[in-house]
Amino acid sequence: MERKGRVTRISGSLVVVDDLPSPQMYEVVEVGEQRLIGEVVRIEGNRAYVQVYESTSGIRPGEPAYGTGDPLSVELGPGLVGQIFDGIQRPLTRILDVTKSVFVVRGVKLEAVPRDVKYTFKPSEKLKKGEKVGPGDVIGVVEETPLIKHQIMVPPNVRGRVVDAVGEGDYTVDDPIAFVEFEGDKKAVKMMHRWPVRRSRPFREKLEPQLPLITGMRIIDTLFPMAKGGTGAIPGAFGTGKTVTLHSLAMWSDARVVIYIGCGERGNEMTEVLEKFPTYKDPWTGRPMMERTILIANTSNMPVSAREASIYVGITIAEYYRDMGYDVLLVADSTSRWAEALREISGRLEEMPAEEGYPSYLQSRLAEFYERAGRVVVEGSPERIGSVTVVGAVSPPGGDFTEPVTTHTRRYIRVFWALDASLAYSRHYPAINWITSYSAYVDLVSSWWAENVDKEWRSLRDEIHNILLRENELKEIVRLIGAENLSEPDKLTLEVARIIREGFLKQNAYDRIDAFTSPQKQVRMMKIILRFNTIARKLVESGVTVKAIRETVDDVLTDIIKSRFTISNDDLSKFDELESRLVEKLESLAK
Amino acid sequence: MAAQYFREYETIREIRGPLLLIEKVSDVAFDEIVEVETASGDKRLGRVLEVGMGYAVVQVFEGTTGITPRGTKVRFMGKTMEIPVSEAMLGRIFDGLGRPIDGGPNIIAEERRDVNGLPINPAARAYPEDFIQTGVSAIDGMNTLVRGQKLPLFSGGGLPHNMLAAQIARQATVRGEGEEFAVVFAAIGIKYDEALFFRKFFEETGAIKRAAIFLNLADEPAMIRLITPRVALTLAEYLAFERDMHVLVILSDLTNYCEALREISSAREEVPGRQGYPGYMYSDLASIYERAGRVTGKKGTITQMPILTMPADDITHPIPDLTGYITEGQIVLDRGLYNRGIYPPINVLMSLSRLMKEGIGPGKTRDDHGDVSNQLYAAYSRAQELRNLAVIVGEESLSETDRKYLRFADAFERKFLSQGFYENRSIEETLDIGWDILSILPESELTNIKDEYIKKYHPKYKSGSSK
Repeated sequence: MERKGRVTRISGSLVVVDDLPSPQMYEVVEVGEQRLIGEVVRIEGNRAYVQVYESTSGIRPGEPAYGTGDPLSVELGPGLVGQIFDGIQRPLTRILDVTKSVFVVRGVKLEAVPRDVKYTFKPSEKLKKGEKVGPGDVIGVVEETPLIKHQIMVPPNVRGRVVDAVGEGDYTVDDPIAFVEFEGDKKAVKMMHRWPVRRSRPFREKLEPQLPLITGMRIIDTLFPMAKGGTGAIPGAFGTGKTVTLHSLAMWSDARVVIYIGCGERGNEMTEVLEKFPTYKDPWTGRPMMERTILIANTSNMPVSAREASIYVGITIAEYYRDMGYDVLLVADSTSRWAEALREISGRLEEMPAEEGYPSYLQSRLAEFYERAGRVVVEGSPERIGSVTVVGAVSPPGGDFTEPVTTHTRRYIRVFWALDASLAYSRHYPAINWITSYSAYVDLVSSWWAENVDKEWRSLRDEIHNILLRENELKEIVRLIGAENLSEPDKLTLEVARIIREGFLKQNAYDRIDAFTSPQKQVRMMKIILRFNTIARKLVESGVTVKAIRETVDDVLTDIIKSRFTISNDDLSKFDELESRLVEKLESLAK
Repeated sequence: MAAQYFREYETIREIRGPLLLIEKVSDVAFDEIVEVETASGDKRLGRVLEVGMGYAVVQVFEGTTGITPRGTKVRFMGKTMEIPVSEAMLGRIFDGLGRPIDGGPNIIAEERRDVNGLPINPAARAYPEDFIQTGVSAIDGMNTLVRGQKLPLFSGGGLPHNMLAAQIARQATVRGEGEEFAVVFAAIGIKYDEALFFRKFFEETGAIKRAAIFLNLADEPAMIRLITPRVALTLAEYLAFERDMHVLVILSDLTNYCEALREISSAREEVPGRQGYPGYMYSDLASIYERAGRVTGKKGTITQMPILTMPADDITHPIPDLTGYITEGQIVLDRGLYNRGIYPPINVLMSLSRLMKEGIGPGKTRDDHGDVSNQLYAAYSRAQELRNLAVIVGEESLSETDRKYLRFADAFERKFLSQGFYENRSIEETLDIGWDILSILPESELTNIKDEYIKKYHPKYKSGSSK
């Protein structure tokens, strides 16, 4: 039965609908003759307030509105990877093909998962007549891309005995591949199912995030590591390189699926990903990066109401791939725009504002979102572990980290990569400030580094960090008395810190070699810098001046600094040559 | 919109600031355009901001002065705000709503377009990558502009942003292509003498033939300012995507736009965001700035150069702040440099071009461009730190290398930044000046430059003589 109401008021994206029979909170409603999609955000008696996801220009009071009965949901099935969707999962590339317009026209409705493509479905052991299946059980597999073996799982709300099943063959996502019976109720299982975006998908057990998410970015992997299933925020004023850093994360991380949400950001940034990722090779698998990437784009000029939804659409898709047993990285650029969308909707509903006009439920929404990250044992058999790592950019007004979105976000994340405008002004990228940033995962990931890369990792990392912290203290003193008046050991600390900053922390995201540093190279770089520190410190103790040291080994130090873009990941023996040159020259000073 | 008829009412119940509350209306659409006729026969334009059963809230662009609850007619026009667009608009001057004011004939529409435009599908965009040589070293060398970019000038009252914008408009070329840019210029609440400067500039350089000028001056109604940039961009989109032109859009001054936005927001009694500006100012500004770029399958492009004056030269003020989050970088003008007589007074450290990386390098500018730019940045910022330090501890307490940095900074400002209003430098000249001043520093300090480029371009190796 069609449930119909009528529009009685329009104010921006908020439309008031009267007389819709029994509306539900967050139900999707189609508004006006063009049937624009919206969501119920408040109910007062027989009056429903609908947040519309497209421009409401031209709608009149008296037009009809139709209830769909369903909350906002996404389609989950093969065909998602490599696509770009808008904030409510409409496929933008196919909208372009269908409308032949470079603009996003209103009222277009297209399915997210293509219906006309046939996928080769290979049934698993589980898919046999009489077999008992439950939520999350893998009943088959489809090769979605050469990188992604798309596990076809029994949807979370289905269980029972298989009464009918297809064999290996080519099917569309609409074709039933099995029928499952439970207490006389027979249900068709397809390769695709729908899931409401505001509800997190179930899992069996949450685990401690112990594995690092290797990113190839030295300051992150070494000083402020991210863990698979962890949460992080990257706040920074404009121009500090949030997006470049997030792009690097999306490109080089050893995640198997990457969901990139462009939430209220620039259109060209999505275009950049769309153009670049198909041509760049994933360093872990050698395949084009687009084969593991899904983009969600609600650019800053697209309807602000869909911005709020885009975050949920993204995290739901992320959870779906996690359920297959993949490590998923979700990148949201920027969560501040999402918070602003919340503020705008809240303002139109005339709710009582909390700080800076944001609604009082801002922090609970942020908490809900970040809590959907995690490394988990997923439901169903075979037993699988999957993870969703969430990294959100934060765009604090005026670069002020005490504003509500940054402060609330800090409560729910465990890695804080604070971007620093003064570093960015001097083109020190990534402009992650090593004094104010932190990671709560250092202890957790240490054993992975010790077992897989180098036993000394933790002590090397701590030493590098300590030198940088000491430099920061010394800088205060230098500001008062000048560097020339420092003691010689302190001068050496400044010199070593300079090499760490220039040669290790700085990283050019656009240089072929520098962009991605393997864990092994990171360790090797730390070792050579610290070797210099150790020998030089002994020399200084024996009375040699830092000036003399520098004059002797200046060219080697320059080569060490440049090694970030001159020595490639598979050519680490060059560091041995560099180190013997260094040691030789330094020893000449000892005589 | 289906209905093309108009309906007339004389039922104004309330007038508040630029807003009218009209009663007893029916079949009014959200965002519909409205014509208001006062008792004296004066006609003004407005649009519907909110509509409910039997009432509508109308914003009047040209102000509510002289409007009376009785005797004023309100006509709902049955359509949203549209303007006629045509190639013949180049060479002409219009008011802030797109009506000719140069005494010439009316525009015969090749097409009518909604001024609000539609968002460009991100999947339809093509990434901007064609280097625009502006002839200004600080821009070409270190903050390269590319075709389809939106790069604002952050300025302050009294700084020469208009001169710089004019110089860029005159000199901008894409190398290897003879084609000039068509210029769409929107004056948003600027002073008469500023408008005159641009008008004279366009006339004297002959650029007027390829320019369409939209004028909303400081003494004209503020609400029009909300429409003027959209009218200009609607024409720009038509010229770029239907007429294959490369369009440079100059919008000056967005600060006035934002003030008008705040005015309408407070008249509507909305919950204010920072400093009284509405919470949706980010999205609103984005609906202007994002109307730039390249799209696949179309030859034309829109390059945007909005100008804004930072209130009290404060870059963290909401207007520059939100702008910087949307645009692809910013060129920041600096009062300190200006007071020292340096033109253009571009603060390179605070400036940024996000699209630079795709526009430079071999085949586009020169192979050493990226490294030279990085090195100039690193060295100049180091020098700035040392300058501050030298003030406290004295130059003598600095090391010899540090003192070289100070010399470098002086040369950078005098030779690299500073240039004449009519001086049009090629990118090679710009980079060679860059090498020249970098050679003041010891070679071991050039850690951002690959050895091959040092061997190729460093004056020490280039001339064969030792320095």
